[in-house]
Amino acid sequence: MVESTLNDLRPGEKARIVKVLAKGTVRRKLMDMGMVPGSEVEVVRTAPLGDPIEFRIKGYSLSMRKQEAANIVVETIA
Amino acid sequence: MADNKIRVALTGNPNVGKTTLFNVITGSKQHVGNWPGVTVEKKSGFKIYKGYEIEVIDLPGTYSLTAYSLDEVVARDFIVDEKPDVVIQIVDATNIERNLYLTTQLMELGSKMIIALNMYDLAEERGDKLNVEKMKEILAMPVVCTIASDNVGISELLDTVISEKQKDDHHAWRIGYGDEIESKILEIEKVLSQDSELASKYPLRWLAVRLLDGDENILNKISGSIIASEIKNILASLDIEEYEALMADKRYECINALFPQMCERCMTRMTTSDMIDRVMTNKYLGIPIFLALMWGAFELTFSFASPFMTIVEKIFLWLGEMAAIHIHPDWLASLLGEGIIGGVGSVFSFIPNIFILFFLLSLLEDSGYLARAAFIVDRIMYKIGLQGKSFIPMLLGFGCNVPAIMATRSIEDRMDRMATIMVLPFISCGARLPIYILFAGTFFSKNAGTVIFCIYLLGILVAVTSAKLLRTTTLKGHPAPFILELPPYRIPTIKNGIRHMWDNGSMYIKKAGTIIMGGSVVIWLLAALPWGVEYGSENSFIGIIGHSIQPLLGPLGFDWKISVSLLFGFVAKEIVVASLGVLYGVGDDHFALTDSLLADPNMHSITALSLMVFSLLYMPCIAVVGIIKKETGSWKWTAFSIAYGLIVAWLLAFVVFQGGMLLI
Repeated sequence: MVESTLNDLRPGEKARIVKVLAKGTVRRKLMDMGMVPGSEVEVVRTAPLGDPIEFRIKGYSLSMRKQEAANIVVETIA
Repeated sequence: MADNKIRVALTGNPNVGKTTLFNVITGSKQHVGNWPGVTVEKKSGFKIYKGYEIEVIDLPGTYSLTAYSLDEVVARDFIVDEKPDVVIQIVDATNIERNLYLTTQLMELGSKMIIALNMYDLAEERGDKLNVEKMKEILAMPVVCTIASDNVGISELLDTVISEKQKDDHHAWRIGYGDEIESKILEIEKVLSQDSELASKYPLRWLAVRLLDGDENILNKISGSIIASEIKNILASLDIEEYEALMADKRYECINALFPQMCERCMTRMTTSDMIDRVMTNKYLGIPIFLALMWGAFELTFSFASPFMTIVEKIFLWLGEMAAIHIHPDWLASLLGEGIIGGVGSVFSFIPNIFILFFLLSLLEDSGYLARAAFIVDRIMYKIGLQGKSFIPMLLGFGCNVPAIMATRSIEDRMDRMATIMVLPFISCGARLPIYILFAGTFFSKNAGTVIFCIYLLGILVAVTSAKLLRTTTLKGHPAPFILELPPYRIPTIKNGIRHMWDNGSMYIKKAGTIIMGGSVVIWLLAALPWGVEYGSENSFIGIIGHSIQPLLGPLGFDWKISVSLLFGFVAKEIVVASLGVLYGVGDDHFALTDSLLADPNMHSITALSLMVFSLLYMPCIAVVGIIKKETGSWKWTAFSIAYGLIVAWLLAFVVFQGGMLLI
């Protein structure tokens, strides 16, 4: 198991959230959308211009910019 | 409140079919307005059902009630302060897990709740096994299956509303946050209970939970209370950010533990949507498809609308002529004909545009594509200080700035939205084209196309630069974080499209219409007074004003005739051409006007260029000013938009004219 941040994953890779480093409203918004420690995330694809990224979490699709994803520490799962 | 009256609030995540359900319940008995003091749209409606008068209030769609956005504050305050009899949460049956997060928060508000499990047919179709009985049991509240788009389950839902209203008890079930947090909740609750007024107004446990969650909004609510300082002391001794995370964890933990019992075989894949997205957001195809769709929508709006526009224009022209013939005395005919009918008519001619545009926009939104569009262009928009959702309003701006500014409603972040609204008037709308055609055609006959193209480009450039500038000054900061759900693709319904079109279109007519009517009368008065002068002539007030501001515009190469025309252009920019026609004494004859302009020693190609630049950028027309005031809710921003436009226009036209004169 390797720890990295969510923006480093490639499409198709899955990971489990370890920690959310974002602060304030961004942190709250991420939590509201289900980005909490323990949740499983899958990278679906990046936008045609390389940013933002689309993730699958809790059975739905969520997109965010790389800079937001960089605040989420994950451990990859096979 | 009388016993046969029931107030129901509709809540739910965005994209769960809340609006559709609202429309199905209330039918045509709707009222659209604003929530007091904010620019969030408020919809309410009535339904007479089995002798009950049910008032339905459609709360803004939210993922949570933590007061992250204005929408959340509005939704939450309504439930807490107005205490509706029943709260219905619409839950997307294909996405129960995330929807339940809002449920856990709603339960703490202490209202009677019903879950409307919407689109359960879609969940069953893909093979989910929902255990509705278990869900009722676990959540301790009624759960009704609905398919809002097919009118299924609505009477059962209303029956449940009536039976809930008659019940005395509240839902007992709530999230337990674990010993440590629970003891803090109790401690705070105890302090809060000393203020009896607070205790009678709000559920104390909820207040305590919100305070531990670091909710500033609630902190403000209790700031006037005698126990405010005691609460602050308790909170100061705690790591609130830690508590916030722990509490969110607990809510999800609860959901994770309970969810498998409610849904025995829930799929977590959205296969159809995923297949569509493989094409729509494909690395190579995504952008061409996006551009093609946008071009299509644009083309449809403006070419499809143009015959209707001509009809509307003809009707108003005919009305004006009728007024001139049949109404006496002459001044009244002129006020009605040239003032009101002319002014209102020029704005009403955009109505076909606006209706078609909102219809298409609604189809794009309901299908789920609009979120993808924002996803695709966000990177570019972020670079100029805006965000993905700013793109569509900017594009619409080329048609007409009014619907474009209305379309900025989809941008949740206020700063992002303000920045978009402020730069939009620089996007060259269709009404400015007649000015370019006249002057580029007259003075740059061979290169007219290139000149017009450059003018459009300049508009974009000024918009982009202004966005950057605003983001480093008044609206300082980066665009809001982009955390956007990409909802599953769905087939949009024509019915919803028409309703959306009607709601927005009639709002445009009502709001813009009143301001424009007033503005038209003022302009007419200026052009017709003092008593007895020829309409809009050198001796009228507007002529006098034109003369007196001419020194200000002289450095740009404009004489008094152009100055007066530009004043008229405030009503609608295409009027610049018409009023030049009047001032040169040639009426509406385009060719005669071309000849007169060429013959005028004051006019040459540099003046024409300077005038085009000025027309592109100077203050937005009266309809746009009206809509900016309405959408920003602020006279200050409206004044800023006018002043900023004038200054930028003057500076750039000055550079063009003086620079051009040096080069000759």
